[in-house]
This record gives sequence, C-alpha cells and structure tokens, in this order.
Amino acid sequence: MSSRAAREMGCRELVEAITDYLEGTLPVEDVERFEAHLGECDGCQRYLDQMRATVAALGRIPPESPSAAQQEALLGAFHNWRASR
Amino acid sequence: MPVAVEDEGRLLEGLRAGDEEAFRQLVDAYGPMLMRLALMHVPSRAVAEEVLQETWLAVLSGIDRFEGRSSLKTWITSILLNIARTRGERERRVLPFSLLRRRDEEGRDEPAVPSDRFQGRRGEHPGHWARPPLDWGPPEERLASDAARDALLKAIADLPPRQRDVIALRDISGWTSEEVRNALDLSETNQRVLLHRARSKVRAALEEHFEGDGE
Repeated sequence: MSSRAAREMGCRELVEAITDYLEGTLPVEDVERFEAHLGECDGCQRYLDQMRATVAALGRIPPESPSAAQQEALLGAFHNWRASR
Repeated sequence: MPVAVEDEGRLLEGLRAGDEEAFRQLVDAYGPMLMRLALMHVPSRAVAEEVLQETWLAVLSGIDRFEGRSSLKTWITSILLNIARTRGERERRVLPFSLLRRRDEEGRDEPAVPSDRFQGRRGEHPGHWARPPLDWGPPEERLASDAARDALLKAIADLPPRQRDVIALRDISGWTSEEVRNALDLSETNQRVLLHRARSKVRAALEEHFEGDGE
C-alpha cells in the first residue's frame, strides 16, 4: 500500500472526489479512504446527502411540452420538406 | 416516452421515406426534452420555439447524410445545442460577460466548495470543515417547493454553457455519460470535470437558497 493510499482523506479532498465516487470512477484505495472518512465526519456525510438530493431534485424537473401551435408549425415544415424532395 | 434503440432505426427509415407518423413520433419523444434544453440557453419561450423549429428543419435537411455513428437522439440534440448556443449568445449581446463565462468553462481550478469553508494549515484539523454544511431539513419536502425549483433552474442558467449542457443531459434528462460525451464531443475526463463543477455549484446555490430562507 502506498503512503498516499494510507493517508487519511480530509474534507477538502472529499468534496472534490465526490463525483468520481458517485460515478464509480474513484480508484478502489481512494474509495476506502473516502468511506472511512465519511464514517467519522458528519459534515461530509451531510455534504454527500445534499449532493445526492440535488441530483435527485434535478431528475424531477418536468419536461416542457411544445405548444399546439408549434406542433402545427413543425408539421407544416415537414410537409414542405417532403414536397421538396 | 423514450424511444427504444431498435425503434430509432425504424423511425430513421420512416423519416427518410417521408413518413409523417415517424416524424410525429420523433417530435413527441424528443420535443419536450429539446424544449427544456433550448429554454436553458435562450431568454424566452418564443425564441426557444424558434430554436426547435430550426433544429427540426436541420434534422430533416441533414437526415440523408446522417451516418448513424451516434444515436439519432444524440445527433438531434447536438444540432439543437449548436443552434441554441449561437442564438443564446446573440440574444444576450453582453460580450464581456459571455467571454468571462467562456474562460471558466472547464473550471479545473475552481474549488467545489470555497476554501474559506475549510480549516487552514494552522487549524486544529487542516483541510477539514471550518464551516460544515447545515441541515436542509427533510430534503424531499423542501426540494419539492416551487421556490426550490426556481433556485435550481436559476443555478443552472448561471452555469457556463458546457457545464450547463452536461448537467442538464445527465441529471435532468437522465442520459448516460457515454451519450453525453457523444452529443457534446467530450472526453470521459472532461465530461466528469464539467459534471462535478456543475453539480457542486448547483448544490451551493441550493444551500444559499435554504440558508437564506430563515433570514
């Protein structure tokens, strides 16, 4: 085990590693340091929870339906295109 | 509503053959997602609708040249984003501001959390929280409010364009990192760095929103 892998992860390092952690791209020895730190740091656990809550909230933003007028305009454009082929 | 991958081939052939039903299905399947993306780049719904119209025209006129190296979805989306970005910059017309944004595009050196939130070298625990995040209360409840949703959308609108596109496609539209890399022509590392910066800023904006609440 390298000395880097053995070193304890700090909060400042953890908040930068968080996306790699969530994406599953954090090297395994860093995952161990990440989780060891989480286990004893309420602030970082809360930060991780907030990051997950943020991603979940983004996933709940509803799509925007195009208006009926726009649907009509699009079909008109489609017919023009088809006629010109 | 999402179109299965095997359906894309059928819709593509239908479109090339001038089948109106295929066109309708594509517009139904991708229109709402494209509209939401367009709205993140341009200032109004009217302009976003023009961007969509222009996008579908470009799709139709380019359909015979589409080689299928990416999926139809990522191809159409990359067309929309190019048009929306150009249109958004033209509408904004505040050049120094947009140049400023472009510079911090990659955001490699921006910390996810401002460094004054951590203890310095002389602190008791250097590199650990000086000001840890506060409790947001029940997140489901608080994040579901209209005010929180507006704060989310504003935070995304304030991001540099590429960070905005990455977080919109990954977290709002639910794309995989590979789809995002294809649509935006990004390396794996770049995609992840942009996502990281974007998510960190959006979380920080929500924090500001919630902590400002009680005052």
